[in-house]
Amino acid sequence: MLADMARGFLDGAAPVSAFRKMRDAGQTHDAKLWKDMADMGWAGVLVPEDAGGSDMGFAAANVIAREMGKTLAVSPFLSTAVMAATALRQVSDARAKEALARIASGDVTYALAVDEGIKHDPDATAMEAKADGNGFRLSGKKTFVVDGAMADRLLVLARTAEGLTLFDIPADRAGITRHKSNMIDARDAAKIDFDNVEATGEDVLGQVDSAMAVLRPALQAGQAALAAEMAGLSAGAFEMTVGYLKERKQFGTEIGRFQALQHRAAHLWCETELTASAILNAGRMMDSDPENAELAVSLAKAKATSTATLAVQEGVQMHGGIGMTDAYDMGFYMKRARVGSEWLGDYSYHAEKVAALRGF
Amino acid sequence: MSAGQTAEDFRADLRAWLEVNCPDEMRGGGAAEGGICWGGRNWFFTSDAQKTWLERCAAKGYTVPTWPEAYGGAGMTRDQEKIFSEEMDRIEARTPLQSFGIWMLGPALLHFGSHEQKLEYLPPIARGEVRWCQGYSEPGAGSDLANVQTHGEDKGDHWLVNGQKIWTSYADQADQIFALVRTDREAPKHLGISFLLIDMEDAGVETRPIKMISGISPFCETFFTDVKVAKDRIVGTPNRGWDVAKYLLTHEREMISGSGALEAGGRALGAVLHDTLDQLDATLRADAMRCEIDALSMGLTLERYKDQAEAGQGAGDASAMLKYMGTELNKKRHELMMSAGGSAALEWDGDVGNRAGDWLRTKANSIEGGTSEVMLSIVSRRVLGLPA
Repeated sequence: MLADMARGFLDGAAPVSAFRKMRDAGQTHDAKLWKDMADMGWAGVLVPEDAGGSDMGFAAANVIAREMGKTLAVSPFLSTAVMAATALRQVSDARAKEALARIASGDVTYALAVDEGIKHDPDATAMEAKADGNGFRLSGKKTFVVDGAMADRLLVLARTAEGLTLFDIPADRAGITRHKSNMIDARDAAKIDFDNVEATGEDVLGQVDSAMAVLRPALQAGQAALAAEMAGLSAGAFEMTVGYLKERKQFGTEIGRFQALQHRAAHLWCETELTASAILNAGRMMDSDPENAELAVSLAKAKATSTATLAVQEGVQMHGGIGMTDAYDMGFYMKRARVGSEWLGDYSYHAEKVAALRGF
Repeated sequence: MSAGQTAEDFRADLRAWLEVNCPDEMRGGGAAEGGICWGGRNWFFTSDAQKTWLERCAAKGYTVPTWPEAYGGAGMTRDQEKIFSEEMDRIEARTPLQSFGIWMLGPALLHFGSHEQKLEYLPPIARGEVRWCQGYSEPGAGSDLANVQTHGEDKGDHWLVNGQKIWTSYADQADQIFALVRTDREAPKHLGISFLLIDMEDAGVETRPIKMISGISPFCETFFTDVKVAKDRIVGTPNRGWDVAKYLLTHEREMISGSGALEAGGRALGAVLHDTLDQLDATLRADAMRCEIDALSMGLTLERYKDQAEAGQGAGDASAMLKYMGTELNKKRHELMMSAGGSAALEWDGDVGNRAGDWLRTKANSIEGGTSEVMLSIVSRRVLGLPA
């Protein structure tokens, strides 16, 4: 039901051709599209109803993300509606509630400033937040801050005296310099320098030295939704590929008649089925037993990553030369799959988590 | 169990029953081929506990939990069966009875059989009294299964059957065989086949085990020479046996990729790696992690398809996916278990048990019940709609 509604809206408002236009224009955010999504309750998908949200839950958020993935729709959905909203929901004070309301209405966007090295590793955060009077001073560098160039606010992970602390600060605060990255997927990501940036106790989200209580659920929600987006992306690429196998003729016949290609396409479909199961399970676990959802989430992200990688590789290969051209959309799927693979932990990162949780 | 019982009460009752009734010897391990109880007239119980466990389960309908009570089952819903498996897994209880009657003939009879046939054939299957085998493949009908040549000549009140079947699993120990027999040589190949039930003790039935690379002989050749088969020993309509065969193959595919086996296999791999973790190279461990991710996803997929089936949406042609992915995964897992076992896994019945035999046995998984290649062709043509 939700999937059909989302599909209907996205086919009209955010087809792949719309993404191509944005890419050609160097545009990484469509304010009107995001406003429309907010009006449909997508920005508030994880925001409680008393804060103006639609509170549909994680499984629903995954459905929306998957449909966005199919046509490569660009929006701050994952950063803002999924991750920032989930982080803010862990905190029950008036300020968080107001922030959630502003997310639901589409009036504010967020980016998570977590990564510092080339790989996702929150525990290795080196950026310092030095105690300064009643507040803190943040200094250091963040990288691969998705949606970081345009976001109104940043959730910044930094090291404090006894652990890690999460700060919720406006992106234009004095001492913050944002460098927009020229990403292969033509989406917003930034490197951000923090030079003695002031943060008050008010800016701390959750408790000092206990960032993970707030950040872990947010990251898990983001990982699950990103897995769903990648599953959608795989489905989109797969649909194009099977369509091409049915129409492209060589040696006097449709190439989809060749068993070598049939079996590869069939194998890929099997992988997409396994991936779909892992993602449904992640959504179900996040909604019903979030404390114990780590295995389900890492499984979904790992599986979705490997399947998306296969889907875009087979997509390009089975299209042949045309798949390599910029004029054809398959390349967009391949580049987004690559970025999605890295973001919020790559295959190895999540495979290690699965292994640890399964006892080897 | 009563219809109005809550899931919690159902679970509590079941747990209490299992606690009292599942013998200690029937708990933990025993998933390998040697620990299975197949039943039938020729069955020798490997222990008193195995016999007791079967009898107690059969009395409750637990050998076939979802079959109707009238036919020897417990009439469980899908949700109840899920709880049943969870509670069985919790104490690592062995499956009390496995058989081709449960996996294949039973579902086919439930779907195509008359009430009289169900009453006659299903309860003995549920009690483990009659063991069935499958007569499908022939020397000239492997992947091209509909090419069966075993012939049944219409003699009025019976068919006179002549021909040869191959890969008839455990035919040498079975009491009965369900076989595909050509009863109309003029019709197109899919439309001249009947699904017949034949007693292995009938005059003219002969069977011979085939020794396999695993050292065991789970498969046989079965010969029919002027075997008389009464006209009521047919499932479905004459010459429409292919419909029954296809329906049953769907079950076979789901069975071969079965979630129970996968879950048990996952545990086995985890345990093996855990014991030898400090001796394994990083590459092997990484391969195992990939396998584990696929195995968990496969398990979830089986659950999802079962839920859909319960909701009235059968897997249909997508069962080819379950069979293909499940068996390829199982082969991968056994390759890993062999690697993890190192030289200890190279001896027949050595320190790590019959690991080599189990490994070799898995190589048949992607051949029996339709090869991986046939499964991929089914998916590409019937699911993806690619041209034949």
